[in-house]
Amino acid sequence: MRTASTYPIRDHPTAGRGRGAARRPARDTARSGAALLAGGLMSIVAIPLLALTLPTLVLSPLGDLGLPFLAVMTGLARPLARVERRRVRLVTGAGVAEAYRPLRGSLTARVRTLLADAGTWRDLYWLLVQIFAGGVGLAFVAAMVVGPAFVVTVPFDFLRGAGDGKVLDLLPLGAFFTAVGWVGCRPVAIAMAELSGQLLAPDETARLRAQMEHLTETRDETVDARAAELRRIERDLHDGAQARLVSLTMSLGMAEEEFDRDPAAARQLVIEARASARAALNELRHLVRGIYPPVLTERGLGAAVEALALASAVPVEVDVALDERLPAPLESALYFVIAEAMANIARHSGATWAFVRLWTEQGRLRLIVHDDGCGGADPARGSGLRGMQQRLAAFDGKFTLSSPVGGPTELFAELPSRQ
Amino acid sequence: MTSVVIVEDLLLLRDGLIRLLSTNGLEVAAAVDTAPAFLEAVDAHRPDVAVVDVRLPPTFTDEGLRAAIEARRRRPGFPVLILSQYVEQLYARELLSDGAGGVGYLLKDRVGDVRQFVEAVQRVAGGGTAMDPEVISQILARRSKVTPLAGLTPREREVLALMAEGRTNVAIARSLVITTKAVSKYIARIFAKLDLPPSDDDHRRVLAVLAYLNSNS
Repeated sequence: MRTASTYPIRDHPTAGRGRGAARRPARDTARSGAALLAGGLMSIVAIPLLALTLPTLVLSPLGDLGLPFLAVMTGLARPLARVERRRVRLVTGAGVAEAYRPLRGSLTARVRTLLADAGTWRDLYWLLVQIFAGGVGLAFVAAMVVGPAFVVTVPFDFLRGAGDGKVLDLLPLGAFFTAVGWVGCRPVAIAMAELSGQLLAPDETARLRAQMEHLTETRDETVDARAAELRRIERDLHDGAQARLVSLTMSLGMAEEEFDRDPAAARQLVIEARASARAALNELRHLVRGIYPPVLTERGLGAAVEALALASAVPVEVDVALDERLPAPLESALYFVIAEAMANIARHSGATWAFVRLWTEQGRLRLIVHDDGCGGADPARGSGLRGMQQRLAAFDGKFTLSSPVGGPTELFAELPSRQ
Repeated sequence: MTSVVIVEDLLLLRDGLIRLLSTNGLEVAAAVDTAPAFLEAVDAHRPDVAVVDVRLPPTFTDEGLRAAIEARRRRPGFPVLILSQYVEQLYARELLSDGAGGVGYLLKDRVGDVRQFVEAVQRVAGGGTAMDPEVISQILARRSKVTPLAGLTPREREVLALMAEGRTNVAIARSLVITTKAVSKYIARIFAKLDLPPSDDDHRRVLAVLAYLNSNS
């Protein structure tokens, strides 16, 4: 994920900064060759794929017969375009946005959306161009291999006396291929990638529409999460503090009745009432902490996470490096994500050690929660993990979880630090 | 002895209610924590009255209320006292809509006043009503002008509000510092103005209360 900007072939203003970015021509050339080879393979796949799209496209407006086109586009063309976007990013260091309109509803509705989506046509156009562009790339790769092969084998053949000395005529040809292949491959690789990038990049409308869809989705999630939280608070109050207070009133009422008749019984009831009052206070305290932890208000995120770590059954190292207090909504979202992660570690992971790291880098907040437990956490199953995702989505945050069976589990989140 | 079935899902409150009612001269026939168990207990024990929590598992919404209405459908006029952390006029109306009386609807807080609470249970068991003052104040807070109640004088309205709470004529007289005779006169005038058919006094009181609860629908 973060590797993208560390392997650009072209010098990129931000890439390689601070890592002694001396240019390494040999490595760059090898990478360019690999990129061209990959592009060439892509064109080989593109030929049958394009051949498959055309007849299915013709059938697509005919009701249920749209299914093959839908399957080919979403199952093959889009994944291939996705691979190409990745390749472009690796070569040029600049990402290519992906923006398709979401496919919903019945088959015909989905096919109609697919046909109306400019992204579909961009993909098809790219497939067509890629067949030729990839071929050109392959030619350069061939020159890179064949040229040196000539240069190496020709003198041997000459010494063996093969071809009446005419083999020497191949030597300049080999040198030419070598020069063209090795010198040209880098600019050609970049040019090809930029071409693909331009073909695949969504236009402004598509980009804005995709962004809007994303915002609508995250807003809905946020609203749902908010409502669920309010319900939980109401339930907690109803079954907790409120019930305790009722019980307390009841005990005091009964004590009042008993005072004259049976002072000992009355005393017992007052003792019970006091226990109820204490329990009610306790529950209110817990509930308040669940709504907005006081230490977060008073001391900020660093101290609040320290407090969580102190209370944790699993030893947790905390490294929060923030220059200033974050906006309150962001603080609270991060706090609850960390709290949930730590609760999960204590509950499920069997870890003996964990760490929490939170820092800012280039205007982005980054969070890692790592533990040495048994792994196997699945965001699709746990509502807690989905809750974290929802909380962060509201801030345009990214959330990834790596948790192979056998561990370790690492949660990585990244979000803009200024909202 | 008046026998009671209690429905309350929180153990703490269920135990408290059992103790409170049984030390105050009522017989707790059964104490359960779900709506189906409540309906079964009502069939099995034929209690004189039920004390029901509105919110019960599994959905924790208004199962208790719906179970109470169902119990009254199976056994018309079966006295039910609903307890809740909050009161909604809407719920009170639903409970009384069969016009049969024997309905109470109180905030859980009222259990603190043991004597009044036990009286309320007894009253409901006897076919009377026990509306929480909170419900009454909700109605008073929204004075509506286009209801049968619009024709009542402020004094008559006060008397009706106390009637809705389930107070006796004597208690109403004490509360308003007037004579019981005056109370009877007010009540007769209220019945007349609300156009309630002559029947036994208890039933007319229920209908008056229902008219009151319906007054701002």
